Amino acid sequence: MTASLSNQVEEFGRPDPGEDFSPGAGALKRILGKPSVILSLGFLVFIVLLAIFAPLITQLSGYSPYEFDEGAVDPALGGLPRGPLGGISADHWMGVEPQNGRDIFARIAYGARVSMLIGIGATAITMIIGVVMGVIAGFLGGFVDAAISRVMDFLMAFPALIFMIAILSALPQGNRPLLLVLVLSLFSWPATARVIRGQTLSLKNREFVEAAKTSGAGWVPLVFREVLPNLSGTIVVMATLAVPTFIATEAGLSFLGVGITPPDPSWGQMIASAVTWYSSDPMFFAIPGMFLFLTVLSFTVLGDNLQKIWAGGL
Amino acid sequence: MALYLVKRLFAALIIMLLVVFFTFVIFFQLSPDPAASICGQTCTPERIEAIRYQLGLNEPFFTQFFTFLAAIFVGRDYGSGASAVHCNAPCIGYSFQTNQDVLQGIIDRLPVSVTIAVGAAVLWLLSGVAAGVISAVKEGTWWDKGAMMFALAGISLPNYFVALVLQYLLVVQLQWLPFPTVVPFTDSPVQWFQAYLMPWMVLALMYASMYARLTRTNVIDTLGENFMRTARAKGLGRGAVLIRHGLRPSLTPIVTLLGVDFATLLGGALITETVFGLNGVGRYAYDAIAVNDQPVIMGVTLVAAFAVIIANIVVDLLYRLLDPRVRVSSS
Repeated sequence: MTASLSNQVEEFGRPDPGEDFSPGAGALKRILGKPSVILSLGFLVFIVLLAIFAPLITQLSGYSPYEFDEGAVDPALGGLPRGPLGGISADHWMGVEPQNGRDIFARIAYGARVSMLIGIGATAITMIIGVVMGVIAGFLGGFVDAAISRVMDFLMAFPALIFMIAILSALPQGNRPLLLVLVLSLFSWPATARVIRGQTLSLKNREFVEAAKTSGAGWVPLVFREVLPNLSGTIVVMATLAVPTFIATEAGLSFLGVGITPPDPSWGQMIASAVTWYSSDPMFFAIPGMFLFLTVLSFTVLGDNLQKIWAGGL
Repeated sequence: MALYLVKRLFAALIIMLLVVFFTFVIFFQLSPDPAASICGQTCTPERIEAIRYQLGLNEPFFTQFFTFLAAIFVGRDYGSGASAVHCNAPCIGYSFQTNQDVLQGIIDRLPVSVTIAVGAAVLWLLSGVAAGVISAVKEGTWWDKGAMMFALAGISLPNYFVALVLQYLLVVQLQWLPFPTVVPFTDSPVQWFQAYLMPWMVLALMYASMYARLTRTNVIDTLGENFMRTARAKGLGRGAVLIRHGLRPSLTPIVTLLGVDFATLLGGALITETVFGLNGVGRYAYDAIAVNDQPVIMGVTLVAAFAVIIANIVVDLLYRLLDPRVRVSSS
């Protein structure tokens, strides 16, 4: 899960520093014309709206994510949903959970909130720490660079998944989403910082930065006026590719039982509770699974295409 | 070269020390009192004190830390007098739940994790690299687009979801496979193979997708290099150029990636092992987390970190052997 972020970054970390990073409007228009990009954007808009308006939408659909509906399950069949396809009906748009009859659509909608909140929150923190550390290390060099690089080596050598699970299970309950965001960011910023550091290093020796330096600019204005604007493309692409890895990791941790605590819904946790029912009620794992898959896929498609623009591939 | 190796090993040692330190802080300072959880519900304060003494939990933090560290090199005694238990070096403690030696527990479960890792790695290397090379050579064709779309889906599918889908399709619906039950290879090779087939496929799908994407990018980059044009100009055919001159520079980064990914799996394919009920190292850690068995969690974390760090060094050395450009620029 975490490996894939650094691999994607690895692929990305190769644009020639001599190239101009800023994309033309033509390239942007070209990817916006691709069916895969339109579909991905459309799906993500749908998920974001679902997440934002979850309370309103569930009022419309009639069931809250915590409400038990014993009438929708059949005790004679061990609590399986009544009706075909996991109990999909006009009442329950995506069926119900076996045994307690909670509405799956409502839980998907509230689960979208968790996924988006954690995916975007962790990305924001990772990017801020990663960019600050990467720029400082690359720009100042010397002892500071050595120190930051060692911390990065150390964090990247960690078996992150086992460690995240261990920390999350050791820490008190508290504010679970916030805790998840912090733990995810802790192990992810080095991958960002490494790429940013490399690009800062190469920017530092370019003529325009040298020129600004000779004209007497201090290092802070140099960073903000000359270096950061040139890193913006990299940052946008890495952020777009980071969101899906965080969403997948959150789902994975919730699947393993150390993420979002029940009864609050999360897609990963829904799949986990579907494990015991997989042979008799396959819709129960298929629905959250597809939502998770399509969300991660859509973000990755967008990130891939943005990356192609900035790498000059289009 | 020797100096480089010494430097790398020294750095690795420091990173390992830090890993030990931080795991130690988290497990012994942040989590609930282990003595109380070992003692169970019918417990007296005296009994808790006795357990704390036996495990050395009454000592100050740094004493505990150095005792733990020393035990890895020289072993340690738990308790004193007649009731003392000696743990031989390298000692990383006993499970709070089963009193089993943690290192032994890991070694017992390692064959399962190795089997999963080796089988999956063979599958994903063959399919991922082949798909990537073909896509690069046929860049822009339907084959390329199709393969890359498949790979994109592969990296976006959560592996526990793939596991459930495979199990539902192959076991419940089509009944091509029996429900996976692990037996020793020597008992029934067929049943052994059937038990590992789905875990291999699940892991291989994810990694093969990543490798196919990376291989494709690398091969396309290499095909545009000057030395490739020179080789073509000498009169070599397209295929011969690719095989003789193109593959080596394109696949070197794959080798390095493989080393680290493989080592990560040795530390336990936690989710896959858990979903398929395979008793590997990852499952060991997962079960330990559920009951807050700190020595086991620490042990697995340490062994997993050790595997990744060693793999990183091996991979860097291999890189120097495989890629002459690195050798030249570093000497």
